[in-house]
Amino acid sequence: MKLAYWMYAGPAHIGTLRIASSFKNVHAIMHAPLGDDYFNVMRSMLERERDFTPVTASVVDRKVLGRGSQDKVVTNIVRKDQEEAPDLIVLTPTCTSSILQEDLSNFVARAQEQSKADVLLADVNHYRHNELTAADITFEQIVRFYIEKCKGNLPARSEKPSANILGISTLGFHNHHDCRELTRLLGDLGIAVNVVAPEGCSVHDIQRLPAAWFNVVPYRELGRPVAEYLQSVAHQPFVDITPMGVIQTAQFIRAIQQILTAGGVAVDYEEFIREQTLFVSQAAWFSRSIDCQNLQGKRAVVYGDGTHAAAITRILAKEMGVRVVWAGTFCKYDGEWFRSQVEGLCDEVIVSDDHALIGDRIAQAEPAAIFGTQMERHIGKRLDIPCGVISSPIHIQNFPVGYRPFLGYEGTNQIADLVYNSFTLGMEDHLLEVFGGHDTKEVVTKTLTADTELEWDEAATRELARIPGFVRSKVKRNTEKFARESGRNQITLEVMYAAKEAAGA
Amino acid sequence: MVSQPTTIGGPQFECETGNYHTFCPISCVAWLYQKIEDSFFLVIGTKTCGYFLQNAMGVMIFAEPRYAMAELEEGDVNAKLNAYDELRRLCLQVKKDRNPSVIVWIGTCTTEIIKMDLEGIAPRLEEEIGIPIVVARANGLDYAFTQGEDTVLAAMAARCPEPQQVRSEEEKKERTLGLRSLFSMGKKEDKKSEQQASTPVYADHRPLVLFGSLTDPVVNQLTLELKKQGIKVSGWLPAPRYTELPIVEQGVTCVAGVNPFLSRTASALQRRMRCNLVNTPFPIGPDGTRGWIEAICKTLGVTPKGLEEREAQVWAALKEDVDFLAGRSIFFMGDNLLEVSMARFLIRCGMKVLEVGIPYMDKRYQQAELELLEKTCNEMGHPSVRIVEKPDNYNQIQRIYELQPDLVITGMAHANPLEARGITTKWSVEFTFAMIHGFTNAHDLLKMVRKPLDRNNNLKSLGWEKLIQEV
Repeated sequence: MKLAYWMYAGPAHIGTLRIASSFKNVHAIMHAPLGDDYFNVMRSMLERERDFTPVTASVVDRKVLGRGSQDKVVTNIVRKDQEEAPDLIVLTPTCTSSILQEDLSNFVARAQEQSKADVLLADVNHYRHNELTAADITFEQIVRFYIEKCKGNLPARSEKPSANILGISTLGFHNHHDCRELTRLLGDLGIAVNVVAPEGCSVHDIQRLPAAWFNVVPYRELGRPVAEYLQSVAHQPFVDITPMGVIQTAQFIRAIQQILTAGGVAVDYEEFIREQTLFVSQAAWFSRSIDCQNLQGKRAVVYGDGTHAAAITRILAKEMGVRVVWAGTFCKYDGEWFRSQVEGLCDEVIVSDDHALIGDRIAQAEPAAIFGTQMERHIGKRLDIPCGVISSPIHIQNFPVGYRPFLGYEGTNQIADLVYNSFTLGMEDHLLEVFGGHDTKEVVTKTLTADTELEWDEAATRELARIPGFVRSKVKRNTEKFARESGRNQITLEVMYAAKEAAGA
Repeated sequence: MVSQPTTIGGPQFECETGNYHTFCPISCVAWLYQKIEDSFFLVIGTKTCGYFLQNAMGVMIFAEPRYAMAELEEGDVNAKLNAYDELRRLCLQVKKDRNPSVIVWIGTCTTEIIKMDLEGIAPRLEEEIGIPIVVARANGLDYAFTQGEDTVLAAMAARCPEPQQVRSEEEKKERTLGLRSLFSMGKKEDKKSEQQASTPVYADHRPLVLFGSLTDPVVNQLTLELKKQGIKVSGWLPAPRYTELPIVEQGVTCVAGVNPFLSRTASALQRRMRCNLVNTPFPIGPDGTRGWIEAICKTLGVTPKGLEEREAQVWAALKEDVDFLAGRSIFFMGDNLLEVSMARFLIRCGMKVLEVGIPYMDKRYQQAELELLEKTCNEMGHPSVRIVEKPDNYNQIQRIYELQPDLVITGMAHANPLEARGITTKWSVEFTFAMIHGFTNAHDLLKMVRKPLDRNNNLKSLGWEKLIQEV
């Protein structure tokens, strides 16, 4: 057993559900007790999704516990097949089914006989995988299933250069914006986007994947196994450089140049890179401007998933002159890769998913700014250190409606703003401290409460103190007005509540 | 086709498949740890439980909560590790870091399946570490959402002391005057309470203990409401501190519930503690509050005074909202067991209730509430209400499409998708967290029901009702 208050990566089934619900017309059925369909709430609220999340539970209750699921799972799959006519139904095990050890693959086989939809059992184990690794496994499993269905009848390469974008998914950090930016970037390079997966992709599109010249895997955490699989069966090369920051975006484009050249189309993107870097993206100029001079040598810490923590560390250290005291990730299973990425860019590397340790290390480092997840933002609040959020886990405010990519050239602009705003806020705070805070001298106005003769008893005073600050004076005014009008000179709890009723608020 | 009852009469009960969305009952730790200030809640479960709590409780997780997961690892599940030793290690750490007056273990689906004997381990460990350990099995195999509180309070009921167990005057005072904010400790007040003692404020009646976790202001409001009738509340389960759990005198103390989902607590108090349960409708809406007070008065042999006027007064203050809501239709998908009480209040407001989904219906515990519902329907000329236990969300959505209700009370999983389809919704969980009990808060409850209708009225002229693309 482990005492835990907070986790950075969710349980395995969340990963499977993220993949299943990213695809179009794929339905996931969880083998889970009542209440485990919390994923639907997250998707509906965080992503403000307009459609019903295609996830239902085959509920495990006492009866199931006693006799096994028997026909229940099969019935639920067949029912969903008839109701929604999905292309694919993914049976999703949870922590509960992991220990029940029912023969879920048998249920899948039986349901397959009665369903028009394809039926798959997600091959993940609650105790061995987390959200990120499970997503990776499920994505690969689905792609493999449909490619194998082609039985070698893979489509021919497209005539003109084209690419697939792999790893865009629901509830991913700024994924939708990143996808748009990547598509635009590839378009600028004269490359068509063949298929984006899994987000918005139909399972029928999977069989078109091999038509692309190469694959783009923007995130370390999702899509590599698919890219490797496609490389082995369809001889597709892939680019796994994350185009985040000016330097990495240039590397990304050069890697594509190599692939195209090897494929017989000689291209030279150097002029494009120069133009974008110097004049289109503002990030290079920003680094040179005197604002950014102030950032020189400022201390920061970086923490997040592998992709974002590594990329932001590189941007801070190499592009902005910020000193990264330590950089860390919670992707322990991929710790070696992370180390190799940030080596030489920070004083120390931390690979841990213990939020208490991370909190302590932030407190010890006393950085001028933190770049982390929502958890680090709250640690920052407690320590009075500003924080820019750069990675999941995230809250609803990290699903902005406006265009906020982290990738590509527009992404460099967004990141520049994020970094700069974090630090200036810190500076403002500091100045406020030096000059003794905002001008807080009380504004003297003659309000109703100013010349009151009314006496508040202790219980009422305590109750008043409990009312949130921003409405407290209004409540106080209303209560006293009520007391005066009803001819009372002492305010008790009864008077307060009566005033509340009278005011109708 | 949805067959809508047309005849007036008692509610009609149906039962569906139980494929519905609700919160896991372990969510009760979120409000209970705040209510019971000296407690620590340890949820013994997996990452799935932890992930739910951290996401459902949003920001609260960051305020150094007095709850944590005892996260089970593979070694715990296959019994390579000894549950007693593991829990001992964790609880000692909790004792060292927080020194709570009680540790509440929340059993989950996993502890049920692997049959971890929490009830057996707790007394041994309690003795060893010197902190009371209360075990509540609030799992998704058996319960829905608010029923989690029910399992915790039922377990805590057994810890209420008997009068002879409370020796010191100091402790007696603490336990009977558990409503601390009502009784100030200042010297000035002392004089006053002496004065008050000379004029009898309270009627002579058997001790009354109320059960159900409410925020402190609502506790105060309801207590004062009863004080007006000369009824003294001897204590609440739960009290603001574990050490202040009310005294329960077997065979003497009367108990009354404030929430419709507390049926296990009610039977624990009745059977184990031999209390007399007052069967009441619940104090939701002015009609429910009046019914609640009247039932308590009746049991304690007190003649209620001024209640009729009090209720009329509140209705008068609600007039504008009632006028607005009257005639509109409402559909409860069902997830928190407050549905029947709310439906009854809203029918009294003139709304048309198309369906009351509910996870679980205890007809005995809710008897008085159901009777009031039937009476309300009769008086308002409302057709008999369909109460659907263990609803099937998919079927319900088909019924919603067909009936096109003016308002759907539903969980967040369905709220946004329904709004996108032009159906106005209100998120049901808000009713669980907001202050809705008593005369004082009736208005707030109606405001919550009104808000989505007002908002969508405001946007009406824009023509942005259906926000999905037809396929």
